[in-house]
Amino acid sequence: MQIVVRLAIGGTILDITGDIDLAHSPAMRKALLLEIREKKTPKVFLNLEKVRYIDSSGIASLVEGLKASRDMGSRLILYGLSKTVREVMELSRLQKIFEIHESEAQALGS
Amino acid sequence: MLLKLELQSNPEALCLVRATVERAAEVLHFRDAETRAIVRSVDEALANVMRHAYGGRPGLPIEMSCRRVEHVGQRADQGGIEILLADKGVPVKPAALHGRALDEIRPGGLGLHFIHESMDEVEFTRKKGKNLLRMVKYLSPTPLAAASEGE
Repeated sequence: MQIVVRLAIGGTILDITGDIDLAHSPAMRKALLLEIREKKTPKVFLNLEKVRYIDSSGIASLVEGLKASRDMGSRLILYGLSKTVREVMELSRLQKIFEIHESEAQALGS
Repeated sequence: MLLKLELQSNPEALCLVRATVERAAEVLHFRDAETRAIVRSVDEALANVMRHAYGGRPGLPIEMSCRRVEHVGQRADQGGIEILLADKGVPVKPAALHGRALDEIRPGGLGLHFIHESMDEVEFTRKKGKNLLRMVKYLSPTPLAAASEGE
């Protein structure tokens, strides 16, 4: 899994590439919490367009990121979810608690 | 026997197992959504073994086998795949074998829920010092088979 950090208007984009599984979710969690808690980024955009797979540990990291963003008064915004990632979100019944957009343009304009 | 793997409790191995199980499900003609469900269940089950039964310690043994199952109960026309996992970790507590309620928004505890939602049969046992997990997924009826069942 690779994580590329880009600056965007009003926030930061984390481009995730690869699988978010037990081996790699700790790295995503760390990057996410660094932006939210330490850098106090007001909007963190998570680009999941190139994520092929996410497991329950990845979902748990997203939930932790969401809770941290709520505590900090910031926003965690997801976009580009593949069918596989959407399916896991629906299984966990968490899709409604996250702010999810189809594309980067829509996410940045939100 | 479709395949038999001897793994170690290293999370880096999970991507290899997912690819292998995906191919096995395709060979048995599972549909895409069913294949994803099988892959997800195996991945979550192995992750649970690594995290809980082995407490995150790498290099410990896990056995996995897959076989085609046919003529089982009422699903004689369908067949499916049976996946067996065995580990020598700490005994699994029966109370911990049910996924948590989903009305609480918190990280963790979703893996078992995913497995129960994704597979048709899930059975945990402990024999001879091993935790054994048996998971079965049946092929969905083809449209033709479904139509003839309704007649």
